[in-house]
Amino acid sequence: MNFIKFKSFSLCLCLVASCLFVISCDKDDDTTTTPTPATVDFSGQYTQADQKGRPAVNTVFVPSGSKDAFNKTIPSQMGAAYASVFETTLTTLNPGYTTNALTWDATTFSSALATDVLTVSTVGKTTFFDGVNVLTGRALEDDVIDVELLLIFGGPDGMANAGLTSDNVAANDKDFLNTFPYLATAW
Amino acid sequence: MNNLKFLAGLFSFALIGIFLMSADHIDAPAVSNGTADIADYYAFESKENSENMVFAVSIQGLLSPAATGNASFDENVLIEINIDNNGDAVEDLVIQLIPRDGKMYAFGPYAPGNTGLVSSIDDDATRIVADITAYGETAKIGTNGSSKLFAGPRDDPFFFDLGAYSEILAGNATAFSSPGTDTFAGTNVLAVVVEVPKSSLGNADTVNTWVETKIKN
Repeated sequence: MNFIKFKSFSLCLCLVASCLFVISCDKDDDTTTTPTPATVDFSGQYTQADQKGRPAVNTVFVPSGSKDAFNKTIPSQMGAAYASVFETTLTTLNPGYTTNALTWDATTFSSALATDVLTVSTVGKTTFFDGVNVLTGRALEDDVIDVELLLIFGGPDGMANAGLTSDNVAANDKDFLNTFPYLATAW
Repeated sequence: MNNLKFLAGLFSFALIGIFLMSADHIDAPAVSNGTADIADYYAFESKENSENMVFAVSIQGLLSPAATGNASFDENVLIEINIDNNGDAVEDLVIQLIPRDGKMYAFGPYAPGNTGLVSSIDDDATRIVADITAYGETAKIGTNGSSKLFAGPRDDPFFFDLGAYSEILAGNATAFSSPGTDTFAGTNVLAVVVEVPKSSLGNADTVNTWVETKIKN
């Protein structure tokens, strides 16, 4: 219904726009009518449905029965609500977990993950991980899955569970662009 | 899909199931199949202008080429980019993205009147407007100063051997394949890309950011 209403509203706008066009082209027209400017309706309230910060890990860690609830938990409350749940998931995925390449133990890692926001540097390189910079953004080229697998399964030196620390897909199926909008054209 | 967001839900499905779900992949139950289903989120320094930051959001993921032309942005779905520049995980600024009659509007960054789960749009805020690019068309880019906006179908930038991961979690494999197979190869998303001056994000050296979809009441 809203859609139909909007369509008829847009139609009205088009008619108004056409009138404006006719008037503006008619230089001899001496009308003093001030046309109503075309406006677009942005009113109303919008209620949260889905949300996302970091890629992959966080929601892998949310139990299936809590996914809708997680999507409607504001980030500042996520840590308290989900850190212990994430820790259980982490140690279930990798029962041998001790620490990871960031030297984070299970509690530290789970707590960091539970607040699902992406940290981004405004003054340096922006990358999920490039061997030097850690969690300073997320670039299109970043192999975020390998980073996360390494942090979950790789142990303190990244050498543990060798068959689980890379999915062996290192790049996208199309090259990204160096100019806006950066994402590759559709297939 | 919320790339990986739907992973947990897929754990028990076989690879074939993933492809069968390609037109209506699952995320959390309430948003799967819907026009508000976030696929992925990126934030990075502009490759064109180091003074700018880029935020890229993909929704309605795993679109086959045949399905892409029929996919569209929903005028009842607000995409909201949140920026926290004082470290408390509460948004100090938002960039609101919403389609109207073939155009995508970006409002902000601006300080919202209220934070949290319910939002309204202040259409007095700084705006960028772009014609929504149709499937197969050359990208139409809206600008305002050095800010830019794009909305339309794009290749899904995500890459992952989700099939192999699912097999591992199901207990059917103990390691990834080499080489792996990109489950997202050949699929599209609806993307919105917005580029704004870093100076519009506040003075912090590091910001926290996340994206939400919100549905009109």
